[in-house]
Amino acid sequence: MQRIGVFICWCGSNIAATVDVEKVAEVIKSEPGVVYSVNYQYMCSENGQQLIKNAIKEHNLTGIVVGACSPRMHEATFRKAAESVGLNPYMVEIANIREHCSWIHKDMAEATEKAIILVRTAIAKVKLNAPLTAGESPVVKRALVIGGGIAGIQAALDIADAGFEVDIVEKNATIGGRMAQLDKTFPTLDCSACILTPKMVDCAQHEKIDILSYSEIEDVKGFVGNFSVKIRRKARYVDETKCTGCKICMEKCPSKKGLNDFNMNLNTRPAIHIPFAQAIPNVAVIDPAQCIKLKTGKCGICQKFCGVGAIDYEQKDTFIERQYGAIVVATGFKPISLDAFNEYGYTENKDVITSLELERLMNAAGPSNGVLVRPSDGQHPKVITFIQCVGSRDTSGCGKPYCSKICCMYTAKHAMLIREKYPDTEVHVFYIDVRTPGKNYDEFFRRAVEQYGVDYIKGMVGKVYNENGKLMVQGSNLIDNEQVTIESDLVVLAAAIEPEPSVRKVATLLTASIDTNNFLTESHAKLRPVESPTAGVYLAGVCQGPKDIPETVSQASACAAKVIGLLVKDKLKTNPCVATPDEMMCNGCSQCANVCAYGAITYVDKEFRLGGGKTEVRRVASVNPAVCQGCGACTVTCPSGAMDLKGFSSKQIMSEVEAICKM
Amino acid sequence: MRDVELKMKERASELLKSGEVARVIGWKKGEFYHDPQPASFESVEELNAFVYNGFCGANLSKYLIQMSKKEGKTAIFLKPCDSYSFNQLVKEHRIVRENIHVIAIECQGKLDIEKIKAKGFDFVTEVEENGDEIAVASLYGNGAVQKDEVLLGKCETCKGKVHQVKDEEIILHEMQAGKKNRFEEVEKLEAMTEDERFAFWREQLQKCIRCNACRNVCPACSCLKCVFDNPASGIAAKANDDKFEEQLFHIIRAFHVSGRCTDCGECSRVCPQNIPLHLLNRKFIKDIDGLYGEYQAGETAEGKTPLTSYTEGDAEPNDVVNGEVR
Repeated sequence: MQRIGVFICWCGSNIAATVDVEKVAEVIKSEPGVVYSVNYQYMCSENGQQLIKNAIKEHNLTGIVVGACSPRMHEATFRKAAESVGLNPYMVEIANIREHCSWIHKDMAEATEKAIILVRTAIAKVKLNAPLTAGESPVVKRALVIGGGIAGIQAALDIADAGFEVDIVEKNATIGGRMAQLDKTFPTLDCSACILTPKMVDCAQHEKIDILSYSEIEDVKGFVGNFSVKIRRKARYVDETKCTGCKICMEKCPSKKGLNDFNMNLNTRPAIHIPFAQAIPNVAVIDPAQCIKLKTGKCGICQKFCGVGAIDYEQKDTFIERQYGAIVVATGFKPISLDAFNEYGYTENKDVITSLELERLMNAAGPSNGVLVRPSDGQHPKVITFIQCVGSRDTSGCGKPYCSKICCMYTAKHAMLIREKYPDTEVHVFYIDVRTPGKNYDEFFRRAVEQYGVDYIKGMVGKVYNENGKLMVQGSNLIDNEQVTIESDLVVLAAAIEPEPSVRKVATLLTASIDTNNFLTESHAKLRPVESPTAGVYLAGVCQGPKDIPETVSQASACAAKVIGLLVKDKLKTNPCVATPDEMMCNGCSQCANVCAYGAITYVDKEFRLGGGKTEVRRVASVNPAVCQGCGACTVTCPSGAMDLKGFSSKQIMSEVEAICKM
Repeated sequence: MRDVELKMKERASELLKSGEVARVIGWKKGEFYHDPQPASFESVEELNAFVYNGFCGANLSKYLIQMSKKEGKTAIFLKPCDSYSFNQLVKEHRIVRENIHVIAIECQGKLDIEKIKAKGFDFVTEVEENGDEIAVASLYGNGAVQKDEVLLGKCETCKGKVHQVKDEEIILHEMQAGKKNRFEEVEKLEAMTEDERFAFWREQLQKCIRCNACRNVCPACSCLKCVFDNPASGIAAKANDDKFEEQLFHIIRAFHVSGRCTDCGECSRVCPQNIPLHLLNRKFIKDIDGLYGEYQAGETAEGKTPLTSYTEGDAEPNDVVNGEVR
């Protein structure tokens, strides 16, 4: 007979204000198998844990149930406490009476009743628990960074500096990401390329870093410490080992009309190209949709002129498979599509541009060589109107409900830079709120207003329309309580940012959770902000939430610290809650192996006695406990129910369901 | 069919005589002309009882699970629809392909004796296919019926006349595929309101006598130990729900074979209570097609199956609202 102890936590007033903890502990006392039941203000405190330890010893408890917060919070704490007095840690069950009960209910009687049911359910389970012992698995001392923007670059450099091998997988032809497209950076106004490109070079030269550009993640298997990742190396039609980046091919290529995506499609580039001057790797790539040779088979000019024979029209995608201990996701962002925002006339008017397009227009390496001109006629704009929150903080459904966080600062930066370089230009900014928290940020914004005389108008824009070649910006000025129409030459939209769409695929492959806005979810918003709930997966940069460069770099370094902390370990404790097949029932049908995301299941031919001296050889499943992650997919797939999960057996789960239904 | 039968018998005899195979799985004479029985023939003498006629509707592939474990090679006669079950069993490693010699045979659609009886023929002594017509000989006289009107339910919606696997074939006449859309009946059920559908299934499933014939004949139900026979599974007792008898048995079974059911239709054919059990499976097949792309279990013996593999194009949970693909 099991001797169960029940410990009901108040969690201060978190639980006790809604759940009658006294009553729960009292009612539970009469449950069969329960020999001790108590309530206490903070069960996770030193005293609370001592109370549990003492009770285990005094009452010879064989299993305990802690009615408290989510097991994600303190399961490990209570398991450790139990273990310290000789009770197997897997004989501890948590009844979540906080997140699942007190926090979501208002009525005390109802919440108390539910808490009792939840505790009973945990008791039903713990009665069927068996002691389990964790095994060990080795750690592959190599990290993968997905995305080669500033977040990925920083994380890779920090991990590599600690002495671990790092691969950066970048889907574009060069690393650098969005930051490479920027002109100046706030709040110091230093040149983006000047601070980014040395880091790119550092990556390329670092002996521990391998840059896999123009590559994508194809498949991920394994688990923390032991990921196996299949990487697609897309055909760039140029031999990376031979190309010297001399650019003769770019000069000679006859197909020069491709839109230059690096310049936000504001000018054109040849089919064979190097995205920008400081690209890393400094190797050309052919756009197959634009290349005459690849489309029609006729041309081949670049091949003729290439001095090193690097052009290879026959190149195909190749795949490599590598092992990693940890993965950093740094997939970045893109501005949202403005197709749904007809009121700003972005699609109809060439002179209505986005802020990222303005970055390219102001950049010395951009389409206008850094001279600010109107895209429509190449003239210098005299009146420029900025519109903030285009699609940010938008609950209409067209845009995003969140604040994109970076727009207030970069708009102030743009306004200031324009006023500095072209003092004859009139600059207006429509804003809902100006949000500039951060070191030296508000000072920066005030400089734009006070020193550079940028006209900030609190209010939203209703409409931008073209009247005789002038862009009429119609909005409201809430401070003066009047409608205004500003005749402008150029309108700049601070488009909301969203996670790079390919993050969905990456998240799915990694089984990393994602929120409704496609931002990757962190393990704990406050206490584990750079870890994904999937062990061994870390998050850096905008893929986790909107943030600027300083924040992104901090987060990337934080990720690196976490990764280094993982990679220095030689072994990790494995989860003992693994699947085990009942060989007498196993059909050998392979369905479990098909669903296993970790490749933990193999099949063996085994001899079984049939009775009467006869034997039979049957194909049966065999689980590698070091690889199994206890997800349970196999147990529900197995048609005969031969597969079961230790610690979460079908019997345990059914007994929990029955305890809930008993009522 | 007479010529086909002769040819099959001849070939079976050759195979047994030469020692190429140790046994041949086919059909033997039953008590009546219309009830041939699945049988294993191990000698030329035993082949005297061999038959193949319009009533050989049984899917023989499941017998291979036991038979192909025996010493020596096993030959089997498979109709086009049975070949799907064969592949599915190979895929699930329940039978060893190398130990089996597959003879693909002609099938003009199999007949339902009850439908023929309803046409006024009792004690049928022979039938012969004649294009769209069936010549029927009976103790009480001869005559003809339209084939379409006397086909087994599963043959009315025949999946096609292409064998998915074969080592050799005995096909003497051209075969015609069924004309009916197999999802027509499912669509009718889908069009019902929830209450109507519940009432429909309650009426059907309450006829069940739990004879287990559907399970025993089903090639997908081949577990060493069936969950319904295993008291430890916790399911056995739940199948007997008192609110609407036997409702869970068939529904649990449909879930167990989902993604693996080839729609061979044997469950409905053998049901003594005429419960249209195949409709449960077909609903699953239709939903799988809609959610994960067209898939026919048993088309090949390899490859991924929609319910046990993930692709990026798979439906997300929120794409499926109230059981309908958005």
